[in-house]
Amino acid sequence: MALQENHLALSDRILMRVEKPARYLGNEVNMVKKDPSQVELRAAMCFPDVYEIGMSHLGMQILYDLFNRRPDVYCERVFSPWPDLHAILKEQQLPLFTLETQSPVRAMDFLIITIQYEMCYTNILQVLDLSQIPLHASERSGWETPIVIGGGPCTYNPEPLADFFDLFYIGEGETQYDALFDLYRDCRRNGWSRADFLRAAAKLPGLYVPALYDVTYHQDGTIQSFSPKEEGIPAKIKKELVRELDQTSYPTHPLVPFIKVTQDRVVLEIQRGCIRGCRFCQAGMIYRPTRERSVSTLKEWAREMLESSGHEEISLSSLSSSDYSGLAELVSFLLKECRGKGINISLPSLRIDAFSLDVMRKVQDVKKSSLTFAPEAGSQRLRDVINKGLTEEAILKGAADAFAGGWQKVKLYFMLGLPTETEEDRREIPRLAEKIARCYYEIPKEQRNGKCQITISTSFFVPKPFTPFQWAQMYAPGEYLARAKDVNDEVKQQLNKKSLKYNWHEADVTVLEGVFARGDRRVARALERAYEKGCIFDAWSEFFDNETWMEAFAETGVSIDFYNTRSRALDELLPWDFIDCGVTKEFLRREWEQAKAGVVTPNCRAQCSGCGARQFEGGVCVENPN
Amino acid sequence: MKIRIKFRKFGVMRFIGHLDLMRYFQKAMRRAGIDIAYSEGFSPHQIMSFASPLGVGMASDGEYLDIEVHSSQSSRQSLAALNQAMVEGIEVIEYKRLPEGAKNAMSQVAAASYTVYFKQKEQNPFSLSVLSEALQGFYQDQAEILVTKQTKKSEKLMDLKPLIYQLQVVCVNDDAQNPGFYMKLSSGSAENIKPHLVLEAFFAYLSRSDAFPKKLYVVDPMDLQIHRQEVYAQGADGEFLPLGEVGEDIL
Ligand code: SF4
Repeated sequence: MALQENHLALSDRILMRVEKPARYLGNEVNMVKKDPSQVELRAAMCFPDVYEIGMSHLGMQILYDLFNRRPDVYCERVFSPWPDLHAILKEQQLPLFTLETQSPVRAMDFLIITIQYEMCYTNILQVLDLSQIPLHASERSGWETPIVIGGGPCTYNPEPLADFFDLFYIGEGETQYDALFDLYRDCRRNGWSRADFLRAAAKLPGLYVPALYDVTYHQDGTIQSFSPKEEGIPAKIKKELVRELDQTSYPTHPLVPFIKVTQDRVVLEIQRGCIRGCRFCQAGMIYRPTRERSVSTLKEWAREMLESSGHEEISLSSLSSSDYSGLAELVSFLLKECRGKGINISLPSLRIDAFSLDVMRKVQDVKKSSLTFAPEAGSQRLRDVINKGLTEEAILKGAADAFAGGWQKVKLYFMLGLPTETEEDRREIPRLAEKIARCYYEIPKEQRNGKCQITISTSFFVPKPFTPFQWAQMYAPGEYLARAKDVNDEVKQQLNKKSLKYNWHEADVTVLEGVFARGDRRVARALERAYEKGCIFDAWSEFFDNETWMEAFAETGVSIDFYNTRSRALDELLPWDFIDCGVTKEFLRREWEQAKAGVVTPNCRAQCSGCGARQFEGGVCVENPN
Repeated sequence: MKIRIKFRKFGVMRFIGHLDLMRYFQKAMRRAGIDIAYSEGFSPHQIMSFASPLGVGMASDGEYLDIEVHSSQSSRQSLAALNQAMVEGIEVIEYKRLPEGAKNAMSQVAAASYTVYFKQKEQNPFSLSVLSEALQGFYQDQAEILVTKQTKKSEKLMDLKPLIYQLQVVCVNDDAQNPGFYMKLSSGSAENIKPHLVLEAFFAYLSRSDAFPKKLYVVDPMDLQIHRQEVYAQGADGEFLPLGEVGEDIL
């Protein structure tokens, strides 16, 4: 009989006290094991939310795999401790630790934080705080604390977080980390200082060192100038992009968590970017141009990933799977590959048409599953404004086909608070749902299976940087709820209201998202104060505390209206203008005008609109040079 | 064909709960390429059942699960493939074919044995002789060991004594300075006695007994490690057989 030794950062006693101890153990299948004394560079890759969310994120798995392919680097993982463990770590002054070797995060060379949504910002401060790393980059000197790097979509406006990060990596991670790691290694070997390293890093493509830039403001609070403090530091940072996706590495041996995580499946990224150009969508702009992976590569990866993980499900990942040109071939391969092995196929983001209905019938139980449409706006007028090419005709045709095929549940997603939206546009939402319900009830009674269920969900629109709507005004919380009420009232007036269900979100979070999406360096004060006052896990409704947030804004004198409801002039210097994401400001301005005029812009395959992304010489821009 | 698998659970894996362990094994079967059978229907699941869930925090040298397979390699090859697919903290130690018509593991469970010991020697207030004497007084000398068992609706008074088949002192790593408990308890669907219940009764007995100064023998249950040793079925003559002995190696 052997003693059960505990080599973990947490004692048995703590592990037995916290909810889901598996969040903190590491040891998952395919976890990378290395001897830390045999590597030159140690990194902690952090997703600042709970384990189950962070482990579901593909980008993190891609980088974890990529970094660990280097023999001189050991990349480990860290997530936000749940509030129960947060309290224990604080109370006992225990430092936050990595999962792999259970080492203190502060002993790493790099802390790399992926920033996927604004509502995780207090969790970033939590991770720094629990790691016992000074919150402000300016307070980190010498090599005792890790270099803190931010990446991910939110870094397309990194300014609200500028104080807290040493570096931001703008763009896709596959391209420049090697150079950054080499640089770090050389700096350490040569005895350079932290400041020397950051200065040199700032000259690498895609890397932004906020401390090396000065911002000045006009009297009215808008930005007057944004410029490098020193000679040789670039004034513009161009996003990094993988030109040829087939040449990147991919985590073909993905980590397999013990506890059920949100994405408990093999995730196959079939393409990046989207050809559609919806005007509210940041992903559709910043990941331009659309690039596809080849079917043959994907087949090979799918097989390898299923074997190495043992997952019982495989899912395709992309912004719009229906636009992937090899979809039919890939899906029929997967159907054949998974048959009889108890492996499910999930196909999110499919446009509903004859092909997708046929595929869905093969992979899911029609009676239990629901059809999803995201018209985003209720009226054709407003759909033209946002450039969502989905027509009422297509929706009704898709629904009718689906109902005929045995489906009876439909989910509809919309946004409220879109630019130019009127009450009439909002009332069109339930009317559209009603028309879908009628399609169902047109089927002879004996052939249908009880009632249909149509669920309408609305979220509130938040304007994002690098979209044509980046200049749009937002509203006060009361106004958002009034808009939801219009929809709710109209639902009640529908003939088939018993078949319709309406869900809407709270508006408070929307307001905060707005501030941090388009904020500048000055909003950091409110963020820091909110954290000090106890705000964490703001993305979780059970922890979100709007009152405390409002106090934090009031106490720091940060005006929400300045960032949200103020109207921005087209020539205003925006906090993120120093980033070149490929799409030009000129194109965005043109699209903003077209939006207001209700004119649609064709997708990239139909016709190039000269957005600027052609400079990368890849993907759809070169496949279709017209 | 039905297969019975025996495995050990230790170290970090002590903190993985039963449901997660089931999911872990489902994925492990696929990684190991075991030709496991699936149920019919739209979301087929593997035909797999566990003998007896192990509480979070406990270690074990004798966990069992049964699976149904279409075909199988030899026990030796299958063990190698499974262990290739394991993480540290789970080790598969038996892979045996069950005779035709054998009952599943869960319904065969009749008893389970455990050792319970102090995680750290320094926390152990007992000497070998004191613990032996105390167990003698608690188990051998008492005519009945009454405890109240909480059920969902009510509490009921029950006698533990006939359900404790064995209770004695054992020394961790043969270290006489660190004595612990060995117990064999009734388990399974009829009367399922958890080691906690026995320990609770034992410490309650100590605090009542004049022979043992109260303050000296206060134990925090968190300082104890419970380690399941074996799970047993009951043979034709009432004897206890390890569950694995029901099956046979595939050569
Ligand atoms: S340059 Fe043309 S084809 Fe390329 S992403 Fe922009 S609009 Fe699309």
